[in-house]
Amino acid sequence: MSAAALAARGGVLSQVGLLAGRSVVHAMRAPAQLVFPIVFPLVLLAVNTSGLDAATKLPGFPTASYLDFALAVPFMQGALFAALNGGQDLARDIENGFLDRLALTPMSGGALLAGQLGGALFTGVVSAILYLLVGVAIGAGIAAGVGGALVLLVLAVTICMAFACFGTFVALRAGSGEAVQGFFPLFFVLLFLSSAFFPRDLIEQDWFRTIATYNPVSYMVEGLRSLVITGWDTGALAASFAIAAAAIVLFLALSSRALRTRLVRT
Amino acid sequence: MTDDRSIEVVGLVREFKGGVRAVDGIDLHVASGEIYGFLGPNGAGKSTTVKVLTTLLPPSAGRATVAGHDVAGAGAAVRAAIGVALQDVALDPMLTGREHMRLQGGLQGIPRAQRGPRGDELLERVGLIDAADRKSSTYSGGMKRRLDLALALLHGPRVLFLDEPTTGLDVQSRTSLWDEVARLAREEGTTVFLTTQYLEEADVLADRVGIIDRGTIVAEGTPAALKAQVSTPTVEVIPREPDDCAGACDALAPFGTPVAERSAGSVAVRLNTGADQLADIVRALDGADIAVAHLALHEPTLDDVFLAKTGRSLEGAGAGEPHAAAEPDREQATA
Repeated sequence: MSAAALAARGGVLSQVGLLAGRSVVHAMRAPAQLVFPIVFPLVLLAVNTSGLDAATKLPGFPTASYLDFALAVPFMQGALFAALNGGQDLARDIENGFLDRLALTPMSGGALLAGQLGGALFTGVVSAILYLLVGVAIGAGIAAGVGGALVLLVLAVTICMAFACFGTFVALRAGSGEAVQGFFPLFFVLLFLSSAFFPRDLIEQDWFRTIATYNPVSYMVEGLRSLVITGWDTGALAASFAIAAAAIVLFLALSSRALRTRLVRT
Repeated sequence: MTDDRSIEVVGLVREFKGGVRAVDGIDLHVASGEIYGFLGPNGAGKSTTVKVLTTLLPPSAGRATVAGHDVAGAGAAVRAAIGVALQDVALDPMLTGREHMRLQGGLQGIPRAQRGPRGDELLERVGLIDAADRKSSTYSGGMKRRLDLALALLHGPRVLFLDEPTTGLDVQSRTSLWDEVARLAREEGTTVFLTTQYLEEADVLADRVGIIDRGTIVAEGTPAALKAQVSTPTVEVIPREPDDCAGACDALAPFGTPVAERSAGSVAVRLNTGADQLADIVRALDGADIAVAHLALHEPTLDDVFLAKTGRSLEGAGAGEPHAAAEPDREQATA
């Protein structure tokens, strides 16, 4: 690699660092952006665990503890919040002209995307660790052991990045915070129409079971859950990682295309 | 080419969807170190021109070079040479002034060791050093503008674009921004391309003014030359004794055309030639034995120029219809 190319790469890395640092500062300075994504899913976990515990008595329910069963859900909700916050941050940059200011520097578009996702990565890692710690503290057991817990964290962060890439894409495409926010209820519906709260084979309604079967969110949840209640389920893990990775690739590609349209600088 | 600070624009067109030509074939030249005022009402095409010249919008037709680089073909080189403060201040509400400088410095490729001192130097210069560690969301409108300007100047640009830099500012902030812009051109040789809808701003600050209306340049020149083109100054006299008005009128008559009185008890004429007749006017009044309470010379304003070229008054013209209240003889109190 030539000296110039090396210097350029160093420049891009430093740009990513600067922009990711900015995203992290955003998360730290807007407590609502950090506290909500972390507290809300835990509250919902507590409510569901106490309210739906009787479900475990159904014949065929895969575990005796609804807490173990539902522990995967906060990771999904945390990912949604990270996507929402990241997307709204970016949309605000577009709306208030800050993106133009960035576009007028030698910043590369890739650095902008990476920096943006760096903030989501930070929120994702912090919240995933917290969910896991709280879950274990209130009595959840990780069937796959300590190694499984680590894989759980990696998978959770991967899923978080998949949603963050989607949030980034919507922000770049629509250029408005409202548009990003508009997708949030949709994702909640997707989460509720998945196997997040009930095992697929125990869902009685045909239409619900069909949607849950075709809903990619089901497989993300089931991958996370398998580590908690089953142990090492390679099939479930592979499906979960594959869907998250595919979403990352897809939405990253769409994002960089949308960014090119957005950064029309010559 | 590295010391080129000029702007050359030939036949520039920027068309938007639906065939709207926001910029409709403009030509202009801004010399190195010059302050060029781009004056026009809202919607005239000022901001679009700035966006094209700063590489944020590709031109639909025509050619433009900034600091020796083509805006369409060499965007990165143009961006490296220019500083830009767009119409809406572009700040991150969550970052402090100092963090803005560090982020901008890093993205501009300023070596890490120099970022802090260089940022502080500019914050100091725009009077924000005491507020450097406060989030920009707590800044007043004037402070935001000044931070925006400091960010635009961080990498030492050769050409500075300011899009309506004082819109919404109080008089004091406006004056201090003018001082800084004038200093940049004078001491650092920075070329400044400034858009404004304020006559006074163009008049005070700009070496040359281009008046844009509906996407085309309708007049261009130094403020004095433009004003001289359309009209000569007006002299206004208020005699100490109201009874002397008729006498004053007779004394002034040889020097120009009478115009409607500007204030109660005054007599005014638009001079035939320039202000060099003033001494003769004073002598004529003295000769007619008229005691004068007040004597003023009113220069024509750039609004008179705009009016003469477009048939509308600049103030409140917007992008709308010709101004109904624009009488041809309209006088401006602010000379």
